[in-house]
Amino acid sequence: MMLADGTAQGHFGPMIRLPPPKPEILARRDAILADLRRLLPEDAVIGEAIRLRPYETDGLSAYRQMPLAVTLPRTTEEVAAVLRYCHAHGIRVVPRGAGTSLSGGALPLEDAVVIGLMRMNRILEVNYADRYAVVEAGVTNIGITKAVEGDGFFYAPDPSSQLACMIGGNVMMNSGGAHCLKYGVTANNLLGLTFVTIEGEVVRIGGQHLDAAGYDWLGLITGSEGQLGMVTEVTVRILRSPEGARAMLAAFSSVEVAGQAVDAIIGAGVIPVALEFMDKPCIHACEAFAHAGYPLDAEAMLIIEVEGSVAEQDMLLNRIKKICARFDPISLKLAESAEQSLAIWKGRKGAFGAVGRISPDYLCMDGTIPTGELPHVLKRISEMSAHYGLGVANVFHAGDGNLHPLIMFDANDAESFRKAEAFGADILKLCVEVGGCLTGEHGVGVEKRDLMVAQFTSSELALQRAVKSAFDPGWLLNPAKVFPLEGNEALAA
Amino acid sequence: MSAALDKVTAPDTEEGVAEAVRAALASREPLAVEGRGTKRAMLRPVQAARTLSTRALFGITLYRPTELVISARAGTPVAEIEAALAEKNQKLIAEPPDLRALFGVEEGATLGGVVGANLSGPRRITGGAMRDHVLGIRAVSGEGEVFRSGGRVLKNVTGLDLCKLLTGAHGTLGVLTEVTLKVQPAGEATGTLALRVAGLEEGIAALSAALGSPFGVSGAALLPEGHAPLGLDGPVALVRIEDFAESVTYRLGQLRAALSRFGEVSVLEGAPSRAAWRAVRDAVPLGAQPEEAVWRISVAPSRAPAVSAALREAFPARLLLDWGGGLIWVAGPATADSHAAVMKAAASAGGTFTLFRAPEALSAALPVLPEEPAALASIGQRVKAVLDPAGILNPGRMRAGA
Repeated sequence: MMLADGTAQGHFGPMIRLPPPKPEILARRDAILADLRRLLPEDAVIGEAIRLRPYETDGLSAYRQMPLAVTLPRTTEEVAAVLRYCHAHGIRVVPRGAGTSLSGGALPLEDAVVIGLMRMNRILEVNYADRYAVVEAGVTNIGITKAVEGDGFFYAPDPSSQLACMIGGNVMMNSGGAHCLKYGVTANNLLGLTFVTIEGEVVRIGGQHLDAAGYDWLGLITGSEGQLGMVTEVTVRILRSPEGARAMLAAFSSVEVAGQAVDAIIGAGVIPVALEFMDKPCIHACEAFAHAGYPLDAEAMLIIEVEGSVAEQDMLLNRIKKICARFDPISLKLAESAEQSLAIWKGRKGAFGAVGRISPDYLCMDGTIPTGELPHVLKRISEMSAHYGLGVANVFHAGDGNLHPLIMFDANDAESFRKAEAFGADILKLCVEVGGCLTGEHGVGVEKRDLMVAQFTSSELALQRAVKSAFDPGWLLNPAKVFPLEGNEALAA
Repeated sequence: MSAALDKVTAPDTEEGVAEAVRAALASREPLAVEGRGTKRAMLRPVQAARTLSTRALFGITLYRPTELVISARAGTPVAEIEAALAEKNQKLIAEPPDLRALFGVEEGATLGGVVGANLSGPRRITGGAMRDHVLGIRAVSGEGEVFRSGGRVLKNVTGLDLCKLLTGAHGTLGVLTEVTLKVQPAGEATGTLALRVAGLEEGIAALSAALGSPFGVSGAALLPEGHAPLGLDGPVALVRIEDFAESVTYRLGQLRAALSRFGEVSVLEGAPSRAAWRAVRDAVPLGAQPEEAVWRISVAPSRAPAVSAALREAFPARLLLDWGGGLIWVAGPATADSHAAVMKAAASAGGTFTLFRAPEALSAALPVLPEEPAALASIGQRVKAVLDPAGILNPGRMRAGA
C-alpha cells in the first residue's frame, strides 16, 4: 500500500508491529558507530538524528522508524566489512537501494544498521556482442537503459519508479513493469550477481552465461526482499530496442465485454507488448488530469501497444482492431504517430497522480488474479467500496493479471485510514481466493506480511522461514519483513 | 542406477507420493526419484535401492489458453502437454529437448523430468529457460510434507521463490507432483536463414549480429560439421524467426541483408525449418555415440570459439553450438583427460559445465558439475537439510555424497 501523503504516522502512531529491539545493541550505539567509522571512510557512516531522518521510511511512508545507524559503502568489500561486523556482534541489518519500496521493504528497525547502496552507482561493463551489462547495485533502473540506448539497446523491466529505483532493489523485489507480458520480470533478465552473505563472504553467482550449473541461487535470491543476503553487483541482459512501437485505445460499455476482448486478443495469438485496463472511475480521474481524450461514457478502456516496423505495427493493430470490433466498442482509436501514442499513454502514466488529485490520499494495492476472474473481482471490489464508503479506481496490467486498485481515503481521518487498510486487505484476500496472489510486483515487505497466512499454510511458511535460516541463521537480515511475526521464535524478545 | 522393478513405487496420488517418502524416511532408505526414468544416464548415478516414480501421477489439471497457463501433474508426458497446447495453437516457450536418442530410451520425458532438470531448447536464448516459465509447483519434501510455491498467475512475488529452487534441482530437494507453466502462442509461421560461414569465429559473429538486431530472433545455432540429413554443409549458422507470416517474411528479408556479409545465405521455410530446429534442440547433429561422453558448456557467446579450439586441441571433440554460441554441446571420448580439458576450458572462459551423459564408471568418479565456492556450498548443504534432512531424495545425483 502506498500512502501518498506521508503524514499518517503523526496522526495515528505506529501502525505496524516491529520485533522488540535488542536492548544490548541500543545500549552500545556509540561504540557501534565508532566501530563502523573505523571500518569505513568517515563520510560513509551516519549517526546524527538529523541526517538519519531521510532513512526512516521508504515509498510506504505511512510507516516510519529511525535506524540505529546508516552506512553508505562504496565497494563490495565495504559492504562485506559492515555485514561481517554486524554478524559478529548480532546487529540487525536493513539493506536499502533508493528507498522506493511500496511495501515497506526498506523500513528500518530501531536496533538495525541500514546499508544503503546508492553510492555504488558505477556501470562497470557493457558488452553488445554478448548482450549484457555489469552494473553496481546502486545504478538506477533507467540508468542502465540510458547507458546503452545510444547504441540501440535497452534494459527491459520498467517499474514505474524507474527514474529513481535502483537495480539492487529491483533484484531484491523482482520488479516488474508495464511491459512484462512480452519481456518478463527482473528474474528473467539477469545473468549474474555479486552476493554478500550475512557472514561477509563475497560470492559470485552466475556470470555472463545462461543457466549456471547447480541449484538456481540466482532465481532464489531474486525477489527475496533482503532476507538472504545483499547484492552489490548485477549482470543484466540487455536487448536490442524494437524498430518502433505504437498504441491504440479501445473503450467498451462494460467490464465484462472489455475482459472478453482481452481474452479474444490473446486467444488469437497476439501478445501485445503492453495491455492496460482502466475502469470508469480511473478513466474519469485520468481524463480530468491529463485531457488525453478518453471516452467518459465507457465503463472500461484498454490501452494496447505493439512493436515492430511501421508495417508490422499496422498489421498487428489492424488485427487487434478487428477483434475489438466484435465486442461493440464505444470507441477505437489507433495512434497514427509516436506523438499520438504518447497522448494515449499520457493519462495512464499519470493515473496515480490523477487519483491523488481527486482524493486527499490513496492506497495502491498490488494483487494478481487469473485474468478470467476480472469481471467477478471488479464487481466484488465495487461492493466493498460501497460497504466501506470509500472510492476506488482500478488500473490493471490486463495481460498478466496484475491489479492495482487505488483506494481513496483521507489520512487526516483515523477512521478513514483504518477502513482503507481493511478494504485493501479484503481485496488481497479476494485475489488469493480466486486463485491469484497477494503481490504481483511490489513485494510483501511489512505491508502484506501479516496477510501471508491467507496464501500459505503454516507448514509452507515454516519451510520458507527455514530456507531463510539456511542463509541467515540469526535472522539479522531485514527481519520483520515478508514473514508474520507470530510464531517466529527467531525474532522473539 | 539400476532399479529392480519390484523396488519401484509409482503412486497415482500426491498423498501416495507423500506416504512413500514418509515410509522411506522411517526406514532411512534413500529413493531414486524419477518420472519415466528417461534421464537416468544424466549426471551421476543415484545411490538408492528403491525408486519413487511419478509416472502414474499424470493428467492436465488446468489449461486456460487465454490466460497463457497450463498445469499438469508431474508424470504427464511432455508430448501430451505439447499436443494439448498445439490444439489451441500454443507452445512450451522453453522448447524442451526430446533426448530419447541421446539417452537411449524408448519412452518420452515427463513434465516433472524436464522441469526437475531445467532442460531448455533453442528458444532459451531469447524466450527464457524452463525455470523462467515455472509459475507454480506442488511438491513433496524429504519429510513427506506437501508444499506449494508460486501459483497460477503470470506475476507473483509473494514469498521466497521455491519454484526456482526446485527447478533444476534434479529431485534432490523435493518430489515435484504438479507444475504450472506459462505458455505462449505458437506463432503462425517460422523461417530460418542458413549461413555458410568460414569458421566458428565468423559464425558466432553472425549470430551475435542477428541477436543484436531488432528482429526478434528465436533461435541462433552454429553447426560446425553441418547436418547432412538436412543437406546443411558446415560450418553453418542458423537463425530462426517465429511470428505472423508477414513478420517472418519481412524479418528474414532484413536479416538476410544484414547477415550476407558473413557468408552465403539460404532460406528454410515451414517443414525444413522446423526439422532443422528439432535436430538442434535434440542435439542430433552432435552425433554422440553410445560409448562417448556428452558435456554441455555454458559461456558468454564470444568465448565459444576459444573454448571450442581448446577442446579440439585436447581431444577429438565434436561440437554443436546453440544459444548464440553460449551453449556448447560436446561429444568425445569418455575419459578423465577429456573431462579435465572440458573443466579447464569452461573455467578459463568464466563459464560453467555439466557432464551431461557418461558411462557410470566416469560420471560416478568425477565432479559432473563445477564445485561451488565454499560459502555457497555450505548454504547449499543447509538448504538441502531443510528440504531433505535425512538425505533420502536422489542421493549422489548432482554431487558425490550429497
